[in-house]
Amino acid sequence: MTSLWPRIEPLLARVHKPARYIGCEDGATVPAHGPGRAAWLLVYPDAYEVGLPNQGLQILYELLNERGDAAAERSYAPWTDMEAEMRRAGVPLFSLETHRPAGSFDVLAFNLSAELVYTNVLNCIDLAGVDVHAGRRRPQDPLVVAGGHCTFNPEPLAEFVDAFVIGDGEEVVGEITEVVAAWKRSGRTEGSRRRVLRELATVGGVYVPSLYDVSYDGPRLVAVTPRYPDVPAVVEKRTVADLGAWPYPRRQLVPLTEVVHDRLNVEIFRGCTRGCRFCQAGMITRPVRERPASQVREMVRSGLDRTGYDEVSLTSLSSADFSGIDEVVSGIINDPACSGQVSVSLPSLRVDAFTVGVAAEIQKVRRTGLTFAPEGGTWRMRQVINKLIREEELYGAVEAAFSQGWHRLKLYFLTGLPTETEEDTLGIAELARNCAAVGRSHVRAPRVTASVGGFVPKPQTPFQWFRQDTVEELCAKVGLLRGATRGDPGVQLRWHDPRASVAEGIASRGDRRVGAVIEEVWRRGGTFQEWSEHFDLGRWTSAMDAHGLSLEWYVHRERPEDELLPWDHVSAGLHRDFLWQEWRDALAAAGTPDCRWTACYDCGACTGYGIEHVVASPLPPAGGSQGTGQDQSGGGSVPVELRPRAVGAASR
Amino acid sequence: MTRVRLRFTKLGKVRWTSHRDVARMWERAFRRVQLPLAYSEGFTPRPKVSFGLALPTGHESLAEYLDVELAGGDRGVELCGDVPALLGGLSDALPDGVDAVAAAALPAGAASLQEEVTSCTWQWVAVRAGRGRVDPGALAVSCEQLLADSTLVLTRSRKGREVTDDVREAVLDLRVLGAAGPPHAGGVRLQAELACRPRSLRPAELLAGLGAGGALEERDPRRLHQWISRDGARWEPLEAPSVATGAPPAPSERAS
Repeated sequence: MTSLWPRIEPLLARVHKPARYIGCEDGATVPAHGPGRAAWLLVYPDAYEVGLPNQGLQILYELLNERGDAAAERSYAPWTDMEAEMRRAGVPLFSLETHRPAGSFDVLAFNLSAELVYTNVLNCIDLAGVDVHAGRRRPQDPLVVAGGHCTFNPEPLAEFVDAFVIGDGEEVVGEITEVVAAWKRSGRTEGSRRRVLRELATVGGVYVPSLYDVSYDGPRLVAVTPRYPDVPAVVEKRTVADLGAWPYPRRQLVPLTEVVHDRLNVEIFRGCTRGCRFCQAGMITRPVRERPASQVREMVRSGLDRTGYDEVSLTSLSSADFSGIDEVVSGIINDPACSGQVSVSLPSLRVDAFTVGVAAEIQKVRRTGLTFAPEGGTWRMRQVINKLIREEELYGAVEAAFSQGWHRLKLYFLTGLPTETEEDTLGIAELARNCAAVGRSHVRAPRVTASVGGFVPKPQTPFQWFRQDTVEELCAKVGLLRGATRGDPGVQLRWHDPRASVAEGIASRGDRRVGAVIEEVWRRGGTFQEWSEHFDLGRWTSAMDAHGLSLEWYVHRERPEDELLPWDHVSAGLHRDFLWQEWRDALAAAGTPDCRWTACYDCGACTGYGIEHVVASPLPPAGGSQGTGQDQSGGGSVPVELRPRAVGAASR
Repeated sequence: MTRVRLRFTKLGKVRWTSHRDVARMWERAFRRVQLPLAYSEGFTPRPKVSFGLALPTGHESLAEYLDVELAGGDRGVELCGDVPALLGGLSDALPDGVDAVAAAALPAGAASLQEEVTSCTWQWVAVRAGRGRVDPGALAVSCEQLLADSTLVLTRSRKGREVTDDVREAVLDLRVLGAAGPPHAGGVRLQAELACRPRSLRPAELLAGLGAGGALEERDPRRLHQWISRDGARWEPLEAPSVATGAPPAPSERAS
């Protein structure tokens, strides 16, 4: 297959950030294509600078290229200017490594990390020269596959995707490759497409939507039934039992141009059992599987050596919960090979003084901002969402941060949560103002940013039955908060566009009928919906109207217990009665402890799959009571020294 | 404190990266070869690397330069003592198309690249917008005419503003090299030496002054040399050795 590069290059002089389209990253592989190898194009359906750092895509990229029966390249959604140039010049979607046309691959595999990228998925399929409707594809067209967190409700994209992969991809990607390579050898003849889909449906964790009949009674979903006996009625997610067996990516891609999270990323554990009820990631990735500390250190050292990065991020859903995180961090900081110029970042900081102590240790080099996520404005609200941070803990953490040289804090909150009252909403402003006041006793001009997002209930969580706030309700809450923070120079309020939350709501909990809406939004030019300059809720609501679908029904409606939900035939292992009990407990403002350190309450994630937590320490982390609601002061001392620091000392 | 001047190329696909991108590539490459860099003081310490004239995104070059300051101590000096090894290590740590081709320590107090460089030699292909052929003979006549004129008034876009001024003095040399081959058959290859003071004149801007018989467009622009001119003499900040392993030039003599 010939390279499209001679036709692509003339376009580059006319577009912004042309380096998005050249490839050439350190870590990129020259793929070994051949008749015996399934050719995968891994597509991240958003801009290059957002998609490149995605670790899931990079892991699969390496695993596939290590196989003798596969070859993988990458592609990202071309920005609107490049898309226009490509369509004008008749250049299809292309891979970055060898600039081959996307249509020449055997598999187009999309990473679905956020629902608002769905219209970009359709655009990329179309740019590849492939029909967006799975049912209209020709025998020679590539298979369109999708994985990632959003596939835990695959239905909105069911008309467009041939097969979804549910859960961890490390193992299943090889099993799919074997099926696809055999299909390729068979010559992709008429009828072979149907056979390969049928075969894929028998691979654990693979959902082939065209093999299910869906029936409705008016707006209500009645049944999702497999058409054949060998097609599973419920597709169970895949889970990698031991993260230590998968030390990937070994060769993280180093981009030549600026991207988000432009640093070495090392995943230290997968899964989280803090049990925050709004958090889809925490629900669908259970149980907790820690990477051995020695492997973390090795991946950090070799990664820094190879890439030349001076920053490493230890990633997970709550990195301070890693057993012995402080030793791992000080090991990196004090590694002579790093010569004191390496900084470490821990995303998703827990809110407590211990965590700030770790942060102080690691940000010796560059002390920028600290971010905490209390999520709810009052203790009652935080009990509802099971994010059990007491006010004292938050203020203790804030005190520790300001006293140790930070000047800027960011606090993340959600609004539009179940049972939220005006008092709960205003509690956000009060917390932020109090944090700024704590800051004033340590630094001259503390800056506290309260970032407020409108809550979108997600499938496979206890809040999947909840009624999402309307735009008007969210705007009223933002208005309350603006009024309550206005007079305070130390507090800055930021909020997510409530209209985007509504579109996200449509795509998050929609059924198959919502596919027509996504298609219509795309056909009317609605790509890059995660980007405010391209987002327009009007496109979504008019498409809903055009297809006779009710926003009220899909987004702003509480679901009853006996309603069949569009994603009930996809399982994250969680028992439905566990989720329902959590939902009832939420309404009663009752918390649930973290099962890593307390008795198992059988959510289903371990017992159903015969796996268990992999943690190096059975004790809760020092100071880490958050999320458990228990007194765990015996869990470890708090090795934090609160040293007064001269005002402005860190800002020299 | 040792300052080292490096000469490098930017060729091929990597030409679509920006000046800032190139700066970050170098920072990573320096760390990969463990060159002991000097860091700036303060809240966010940065390695002390200064680049000369920015190369526009999409342009290739055989003659890019940077000056990097090394931390005190012998290691930097020792590394610079083995220039071929240093250049090889850096080139391996840099993307394809970016190769370190020469290096030398700077004498104390040497002027910066920004202060010193006065002009650049460029080569590029002029093509007719809309695929018509460009006649090499006619273009050569236009070039001679341009050089014979005492003024060349151009309107250029500078930081979003249209600026009209006389750039004739910035055109130090201009010549037609001949008809271009594929992929730009029908175009004509040009070479020019253009001053970079008081403001750089770019090849594409010069084409606007040569547009006899319809607008010309620039393809494959490449910088061949940067020049330092003083007192009637002209030299390069660092000469590229004809063989990569050859002895480095002695820039201290030239730069003084």
